Amino acid sequence: MKFLDEYRNEDLAKKIVAEIHNIVTQPWVLMEVCGGQTHTIVKYGIDHLLPAQVELVHGPGCPVCVTSLEMIDKAHAIARRPDVIFCSFGDMLRVPGSDSDLLILKSRGADVRVVYSPIDCLKIARANPDKKVVFFAIGFETTAPANAMAVWQAARQGIKNFSVLVSHVLVPPAMAAILESPLNRVQGFLGPGHVCTVMGYHEYEPLAERYRVPIVITGFEPLDLLQGTLMTVRQLEKGTHEVENQYPRVVQREGNAVAQDLVKKVFEVCDRKWRGVGMIPASGYTLREEFAAHNAERIFDVAEINTAESDICISGQVLRGVKKPHDCPAFGKQCTPDHPLGATMVSAEGACAAYYAYGRHLQMEQPVGVGA
Amino acid sequence: MPPSPHFPPPDDMCLAIPGKLLEITDDGHGVRMGRANFGGIVKQVCLEYTPEVVTGDYILVHVGFALSKVDEEEAARTYKLLEEMEQLGELDAPEPESVPPDWKT
Repeated sequence: MKFLDEYRNEDLAKKIVAEIHNIVTQPWVLMEVCGGQTHTIVKYGIDHLLPAQVELVHGPGCPVCVTSLEMIDKAHAIARRPDVIFCSFGDMLRVPGSDSDLLILKSRGADVRVVYSPIDCLKIARANPDKKVVFFAIGFETTAPANAMAVWQAARQGIKNFSVLVSHVLVPPAMAAILESPLNRVQGFLGPGHVCTVMGYHEYEPLAERYRVPIVITGFEPLDLLQGTLMTVRQLEKGTHEVENQYPRVVQREGNAVAQDLVKKVFEVCDRKWRGVGMIPASGYTLREEFAAHNAERIFDVAEINTAESDICISGQVLRGVKKPHDCPAFGKQCTPDHPLGATMVSAEGACAAYYAYGRHLQMEQPVGVGA
Repeated sequence: MPPSPHFPPPDDMCLAIPGKLLEITDDGHGVRMGRANFGGIVKQVCLEYTPEVVTGDYILVHVGFALSKVDEEEAARTYKLLEEMEQLGELDAPEPESVPPDWKT
């Protein structure tokens, strides 16, 4: 496919890898922010191509992983209702709540539907006027324009039986939380290319300045990630801390102004609890008051639910880049994609699921030293 | 090892991928839509956030929404920079592990 295949070119990859080997003089820890980037890194073994001094740790940018257990339990409480058609992205279906997941609820008769796009829910709502159609609106800034448009159009078109259960999260506050942590090891970031397609990257400039870390907005193909790594290592070696854009073919500094406008009209910033991490101030979006008629939390009055995570799972530390999947005693043993104990094994984009899918749990059984 | 059947799911919400815009339409309710081709798979795409795109453009699509036009000139420029990257340093660099055979998959 055009704009994909050429960014997987082996000869160019070797060149960039050689250049990284050539310029690095000391150890550096880089974090890729997005789950999609983690996926590419593990799939192509990019971390194994880098010099031993350059360590990639995996960031919190997997929206399925960081959606709080409380919010998932609220989704399940709503999906169980006989008057509800509960719509979701496919990767939320298997995510375990306290006692179930959406697929199990569907097998027990709940009307749970996978949609490709939130705007598809409007068709479902029009076709089922006697039902309440609820969409589980999770995601980072990349997904916010789609969810905002679904709500905006429902309001504009008078589709009263459509609502959203919102659990949106924002990248910059999470990066700040990682950098503020006393356990932080991250010295440079591969920034979130698709989030910045929407939001631009000007909001990362204060972060780079305040914490003196280079941030290179990076794409999702192997050459993108290698080039982003090269640019970040170059800055670290030079001692600079700027925001650079590796991904100018889709990212501009100001982002997509049309999308930002509608997101601002529909959502406002709120505090948000992240699974495995905890509450981060001003790190999420919630619906503005004028869209309360489309707010599933209001309509269904789902109470706060007390939840408990596995006490073996270290996903919170994995999400903050403090530990790696193979540092967990349960990884690949009690905890697998079929029986996930925690957030990062639950979604395909989670670091633990990516490591598992590409056989890293098998490498652990080899006598070679693995783990931090 | 073959990838797990769970991975990646076909409807992974976080992938945003480039597709070629084939046609611009309307959904019948005043929403600007279009059809885009992603390596042979044609899907409906909402174009409300990319008023500038025209048929034939490449667009970056996420959960059914075009988020930006792919800038072909920037893409070519980035690629050329990579191709022309100075190779003198390579002579001193240690040999990296070989690139996996499935690199191009």
